[in-house]
This record gives sequence, structure tokens and C-alpha cells, in this order.
Amino acid sequence: MNSFKVQYTIDGEDFSVAGEASRKLKKVLQSLGVDPQIIRKATVAMYEGEINMVIHADGGVIDAEITPEKIHLFLRDKGPGIPDIALAMTEGFSTASDNVRELGFGAGMGLPNMEKYTDYMNITTEIGVGTTIEMIVNTSLS
Amino acid sequence: MDKIIHSVTLDTDKCKGCTNCIKMCPTQAIRVRKNKAKIIKELCIDCGECIRVCPYHAKKAVTDSFDMINNYKYKIALPAPAFYGQFDKATKIESILHALIKAGFDDVFEVAYAAQLITKRTKELIASGELETPIINSACPAVVNLISTKYPSLLNNVIPLISPMNLAAIMARKIAEEKTPYKGSEIGIFFITPCAAKATCTKFPLGLPESVIDGAFSFKDMYLKVVPHLNDKECEQDLSKAGFKGVCWANCGGEVVSLELDNYIAVDGIHNVIHVLEEIENDKLSDVEYVEALACTGGCVGGPLAVENNFVAQTRVKKMAKTARGNGEAPEFDMDLVWQTPIKIRKQRNLDDDMFVAMEKLAKIDEIYDRLPKLDCGSCGSPSCRALAEDIVRGYSKESDCIIKFKEKIALFANEMLDGSDNVE
Ligand SMILES: Nc1ncnc2c1ncn2[C@@H]1O[C@H](COP(=O)(O)OP(=O)(O)OP(=O)(O)O)[C@@H](O)[C@H]1O
Ligand code: SF4
Ligand SMILES: [Mg+2]
Repeated sequence: MNSFKVQYTIDGEDFSVAGEASRKLKKVLQSLGVDPQIIRKATVAMYEGEINMVIHADGGVIDAEITPEKIHLFLRDKGPGIPDIALAMTEGFSTASDNVRELGFGAGMGLPNMEKYTDYMNITTEIGVGTTIEMIVNTSLS
Repeated sequence: MDKIIHSVTLDTDKCKGCTNCIKMCPTQAIRVRKNKAKIIKELCIDCGECIRVCPYHAKKAVTDSFDMINNYKYKIALPAPAFYGQFDKATKIESILHALIKAGFDDVFEVAYAAQLITKRTKELIASGELETPIINSACPAVVNLISTKYPSLLNNVIPLISPMNLAAIMARKIAEEKTPYKGSEIGIFFITPCAAKATCTKFPLGLPESVIDGAFSFKDMYLKVVPHLNDKECEQDLSKAGFKGVCWANCGGEVVSLELDNYIAVDGIHNVIHVLEEIENDKLSDVEYVEALACTGGCVGGPLAVENNFVAQTRVKKMAKTARGNGEAPEFDMDLVWQTPIKIRKQRNLDDDMFVAMEKLAKIDEIYDRLPKLDCGSCGSPSCRALAEDIVRGYSKESDCIIKFKEKIALFANEMLDGSDNVE
């Protein structure tokens, strides 16, 4: 076995289970013996992406591939797409509704944090078709 | 690797092998094997949740026997502030302290009084801006154990100060050595503990190289020794020194009240604490300044070794804090209270040190889990089907430990037998 692959389906309907996939990934990384600080980076990034899929895109699928060198995450959704990636990446930018803000989300910090906690991040998006976010966290401690 | 020591243990004679504790343990540290509960040392955080839920009282906290005070010439009691809430409504702090003397001690030193100095130093640390936010309190050793076991990335958020209990012990010893002719091992210092976690800390203190306390007696044991003396006539000496800011540490939220903070979360109950720690790990609480997290509902008044109902005790302590004699100012004591030894991250329980082998084992766990009934009934002795799958791969269990699986097998076997006998006829 050269890598460990796992897939999570993110339910866009149920807000209460949002965050479950990143919690599961955390357990996987712990049982593989990944360093705690690296686990934290990967799970925070995935958590933010997961929440975005629930709030902004009606759910989707997350594929994770883990090797001794890196944690590779693919987040795919069939949501509305992101019209202006640079704008969405700006700290504080959010289109979240008041309802969502009341739940404590919508600070516009998710995407910037995903970039901050990962070593590589790439967003591909098409309006009306969906968004794919690829993220890599290196597991070496440098 | 360092030995992991904890005070929660099992009375095997009383254990019936039921599944109450394995289901409630917040770190899934208990299994039932051969009809007896077993604690996995690496995972136990000494929270005492199992002590509370065991219907047969088979889970216990190891505390010391009161007779041990006779080994010392000068005996000092250190009551935790929550101890004050254990008695009848009319009881005053002063009466409790005097009753402790009548029960056999030569002096008392209130942990609440030492807590006032911890409060002051904590304030200074917060103001220095050196700690990662949210800052997490370190007064509850079960929470610190939880962090070093399950949330090690948050250790930098934890206040690196010794506990009020250990500070009280150091102060009490110094005062005794000054005012009495006794020295060193002639002086015995005994903590009156609400819980297993603090009992462990009397032997293996957080942040100190060695123990500064000679013994730990439980609230329950001391309650029986103190009650007969509560109405004795008080002696001349004023024993109580603690004020509001110290006594209120007994309740959850007390620490933040004495720290005079506004932007905080005070969370009690180990399962709630886990929830908050997860939020912190997910970077969701970076706008919060301080988190007071206590393993027991209500704080230390709800400790697993407490006598009184925690809600009743909370109200009593609140009232007592208001009328406490001291002014609540920090006592003068010249000592650096910062941890002398860092808290170690507990070795994470990976499946194998070789990641490729760990991957194979993880895949195997998934495969076994798929076959299990997913009822999470606990009858196999593991807390969930997922945990059983993991235990099988780790070599501690077998698939036939699942009673549903076992039944299926028997049914299959029985059918084969019947088919066989059909053939004979
Ligand atoms: N998967 C997605 N599909 C469509 N739009 C998205 C998606 N993810 C993010 N966005 C857009 O980008 C904006 C910024 O996202 P970001 O995660 O930074 O902030 P937020 O989700 O609004 O708030 P926060 O993450 O702080 O709770 C969102 O408000 C939304 O308009
Ligand atoms: S809250 Fe208090 S009584 Fe409960 S485990 Fe923590 S220190 Fe002990
Ligand atoms: Mg977001």
C-alpha cells in the first residue's frame, strides 16, 4: 500500500453534521501517526472547506489521499461556483446570509485560512457547474 | 517512554462486566474483557466519569488512608475550596477549618488562599500577551491530560502555572518550618481532594519535578471525619484567610470571575469541554480571550469524590464566597510559579510506527467495520463497532466477540447440522 485513500460525502442539507468529515479525517491521521501540528493544519483547512460546501454549495464529495510525504485533499461540489476567486479569497469577504451568520459563520475567513494552513491550494470553478478545491499539506516538519 | 500514572482503578470483585463505563468514557479508554473492565492506561485522563456511572461502585479513585497522618509530627490539611460546599447550609468556613483541626490536623492552609496568588500571576501572564489565544486554564488536571492526549496542538494555549493545590503545599510547608520547630519529613501535608485527577497530581504534579504533598484524602472520607466536630466550640485562633476571589474557584466560572475577564468561555463537564476544544482546534474561537474548562459539571463541587449534590454545593459555595473573611488579595510569596517541567504530549496511539503498515491496518479496520452490525451496543466489550474493529486489528479482540456475529455463526452452524441430519434420514 503506497497511500491511504478515503472519501467523504458531505450532506448539504444537514448543518448539524457539518464538520464530521474533518473530524473523521483527524482520527485517520492520528492512527497513521501524523504529527499533531500537521494534523491540525490539515483538519482546519478541510473543516473550512467542508463548511463552505454545506453553506455555499449544497454539499459534495471530499477525497483525501495520505502518503508519508503529504496529505492531499480534493473538495468537489456542484454548487453555484465562485464568480471572483480573488475577491472570495479576501479576508472578511462573505456572501453568507444573516441566518448563517447567526450560527457563527460568515466572517469571510474560511478561504484565507485554508490558504494559510496548507502548502498548496488551487481553486477551479465554473459558474452554475461547481467548484473544486485542491489542497496539499506536507507532512514533513520543516 | 514515561510511565502514565492515574488514580482511577477497578475493584475487580465488584465489577460485573456491564457496559456502562465503556460507553461513557470520553476517551474510549475502557474495554470489558473476560467479564471485567480494563482501563487502557495511555488513554485514561483521570476524569472520573466512570466512577460516577458505575452502578456497582467498582470504579474507584486511589486516595490515601487517613492513618498515614500519624507518620508525621506536624500535620497540615489543605482543603480544596469545593470542600466548603459539602456541609449543611449554616456551616461557616471557619467551622470547617476548626473541625479539620479537631479531626487530627495541627494546622490548615486553604487552597483558596493560594488560588488568589495564582489569579494575580495569571492576570500578569494574560497581560504579557505571550500565550496563544484562547488561553486555556490549567487548574483541572483531567482537562490538561485530555489536551496532552487528544489535543496536543493546544498545549501552547494552556496556562503554564503550577496549581493552587501545589502552591498551597509549598507555602504551608514554608510557614510551618518558620513557626514550628519541625523540619522536612516531620511535616506532613495532606490535600483534601474532590477527584482522582488531583489525587494523581499530589503524587505527580503538573509542572513540578517532584511531589510536594504527602497524601490525598477524598472529600467523602474527610466529610465523615469533619461532620462530628462542626458544632464544637471554636477556638480563639482565626484560621480562614481566603476571600471571595479564592473561594469562588470551587465553581465553574469562578476563576474568570476572580480574573475579572469579560471575553471568556466557562465550560464544565468533560463532554462539553471536548466540544469546546474541538472548536478551538478548528480555529473557531480565536476571538475568545480565555477558556475556563473543568471536567466536572459545576466545577470541582461536582467532583467524583464529592458528597453533596453539585447544584446544592454550587449555591452554598457562592454564598460562602461572599461572606469569606479574607479580602481576596493575593498573598505575598516570593516564588516563580511558572512550570519548571513542561507538560509532555502523550504518545499518540497510532496503529503502527511504520506508516505503510498503519495504512494497511486502517484499511483492514474499515473492512472489518463494514461487516459489523453497527449497533454500537457494547456487548463485545468495546465501546462501539468501530472500536471493536480497531481492537481486532490491534490483536485484542476477535470478530466473534460481537454477539450478533456470534449468533449468526451459531445459526449457520445449526442449519448445517439440520441439513446434515436431513441427509441421514
Ligand atoms: N464551495 C463554494 N461554492 C460557492 N461559493 C463559495 C464556496 N466557498 C466559498 N464561497 C464563496 O466565497 C466566500 C468566502 O468564503 P469564506 O469561506 O472565506 O468565507 P465564509 O464562508 O463566507 O465565512 P467563514 O468561512 O468565515 O464562516 C463565501 O462567502 C462564498 O461567497
Ligand atoms: S473539575 Fe475539579 S474535581 Fe473535576 S476533575 Fe477537574 S479538578 Fe477534579
Ligand atoms: Mg467559509
